[in-house]
Amino acid sequence: MSPEAEAATRLAAVPTAAAEPDDPHAAPPVIELVDVGKVYKTGELEVVALHAVSLRIDENELLAITGPSGSGKSTLMHIIGCLDVPTSGVYRLAGHDVQSLDETVLAGVRNLAIGFVFQQFNLLPYLSAWRNIELPLVYSGIPPDERRARARAALERVGLADRADHRPGELSGGQQQRVAIARAVVTEPALVLADEPTGNLDTNSSADVLRLLAELNGEGRTIVIITHERDIAALARRIVTMRDGEIEAAGEPGARPAGDLTMTEPTP
Amino acid sequence: MTWRDTIRTATEAVRTHRLRSALTMLGILIGITAVVLTVGLGAGAKAKVQDQINELGTNVLVVSPGSSTTTSGTRGGFGSASTLTRQDATALSSPVTAPDVQTAAPASTTSAALRAGSTNWTTTLTGTTPAWSEVRSRGVSTGRFITADDEANAAPVVVLGPDTVTQLFGGNPNAVGQTVSYNGVSLQVVGVLDSLSSSENASNNDLAVVPLSAYQQRLVGGANRNSVSSIYVKARSSARLSAAYQEANALLLNTHRVTNPRNADFSIATQQSILQAATSVDNTLTVMLAGIAVIALLVGGIGVMNIMLVSVAERTREIGVRKAVGARPGVIRRQFLVEASVLGLAGGVLGLLAGLLGTVVIPLFSDSRVDLSLIAMVGSLAVAIAVGIAFGVYPASRAARLAPIDALRSE
Repeated sequence: MSPEAEAATRLAAVPTAAAEPDDPHAAPPVIELVDVGKVYKTGELEVVALHAVSLRIDENELLAITGPSGSGKSTLMHIIGCLDVPTSGVYRLAGHDVQSLDETVLAGVRNLAIGFVFQQFNLLPYLSAWRNIELPLVYSGIPPDERRARARAALERVGLADRADHRPGELSGGQQQRVAIARAVVTEPALVLADEPTGNLDTNSSADVLRLLAELNGEGRTIVIITHERDIAALARRIVTMRDGEIEAAGEPGARPAGDLTMTEPTP
Repeated sequence: MTWRDTIRTATEAVRTHRLRSALTMLGILIGITAVVLTVGLGAGAKAKVQDQINELGTNVLVVSPGSSTTTSGTRGGFGSASTLTRQDATALSSPVTAPDVQTAAPASTTSAALRAGSTNWTTTLTGTTPAWSEVRSRGVSTGRFITADDEANAAPVVVLGPDTVTQLFGGNPNAVGQTVSYNGVSLQVVGVLDSLSSSENASNNDLAVVPLSAYQQRLVGGANRNSVSSIYVKARSSARLSAAYQEANALLLNTHRVTNPRNADFSIATQQSILQAATSVDNTLTVMLAGIAVIALLVGGIGVMNIMLVSVAERTREIGVRKAVGARPGVIRRQFLVEASVLGLAGGVLGLLAGLLGTVVIPLFSDSRVDLSLIAMVGSLAVAIAVGIAFGVYPASRAARLAPIDALRSE
């Protein structure tokens, strides 16, 4: 195993292995941001997307980040997901300073430790559903047979086993998002980040997607959902509200009891 | 990501973007076909000339008379004088005076209308000695060649080229023993020359050979019955060709009593010098054609470059998705490298096939010959793949360095 892959595996392993059921507060924070800032430079123009943001997210939290458009919540999520790097401050993921890791290591972290669910789904249009799902496994060097089995299992889990060979264009928005969720969890990441996951979906599909995310949280994964819909945010155990690149209200880590999300299931 | 996965991903991308892939391959295809065919045409033309010169006979020098000068001082062209004689040829054949010369054959040539029965055919009539057969490396397929007795007796015999036989006697294979007439003189056919199958030059298979003595005394005559229009000199080996040249030159200067070599009344051409004169023209042509081919390749390359740049720009979002799920920059670069190579190789192989097809088809519609050049084939293929890779990988490698979110945001 290459050093990069080892680093990634370590990052992946820490959050799931650390917690003792009796003492949830003994776990180290999965995510710790200290005075993180992000400035975009476009020629002469400087746009401050994030001021000094400090945030701590513990293992197995179900967290909603909410706020109006332009408040910096997406930028924050991209930094948390190692899709972007901060221009100031310190971001520690499972105790590792992300700025000290190069793009190759970060790719490994995204591959093994983090799963993404995007508003636009971001599936590759020319690959069938199961081929999209196996993609992260391809990049982590899993042999083909195992990839196929795991991709099928992930599809089954999101209730789309019969759609394995359909391309994204042949699936509804809700189905595409469920494929995207299957892709996000196929590497068994400790952290799942969802950026407006229900933004393009109807009410029923949204409920399905939220239920899946709640289930993943129930398995011990840390879930961060970005949303500007208050009722969705209200279902999370903790709500972080942002405004103008700053955190307005951070809530308490692990403050609310779990279980509310199950109430959103549509009555058959 | 294993190589197998990389290759699968690349071929999938090629198949998915059919039109784009086809256009890219077309650019490479045209460039390579142009290079293969133009270089092949040039090489074919050169080889054709080479063959014609070689048919002259190997290790051969050709002595031609110099220019004549009239009393008014007008100088004629080379070959217009009647300064070469059969005695010159005899002297050149002597092992004492010219040890490096194997043999020499004097020859006089004219265009002549031969008649067999009611059939007329105009061919080249050559009067020469038995040595001609050895010098020109031409044997007979049936009958015999001119003998020393024929030459001594000025015998009215003729040896015909195979095409001449076909023209005069139609399908009759028994030409030997028949009679043809020229200017009212009957000549008995004693032999038929073997055919030069590779010959592109019709005059090598369509000719009539008679004894020089008969040519001069019975058939053509002329002011100076002793002069000949050329002397073919065969050196003992190619290594001794230059020695033979020196000996022939010295001997002829001496017998013609020329003290200053610049006033020589004859000229000696080697196969090499004839070849050089002929091929220098072809070389110019080849360089010009190759220039056109390189431009075609360049234009094809620019087409490939455009399509690859657009292709990568269009797929920046895909690169973003792949990075988000864990593709390392090196893996992304490798994927586009393989993709560009697959396109370049496929277009290149198709181009080579089109070129090969051209080498078969072109000779059917023209008398041009196309010789395949391995260097041109391999070289153009390498250039095509290199162009594809350079212009495919450069933008891909830039995209691979982008922060994943910037790649994802691209439309």
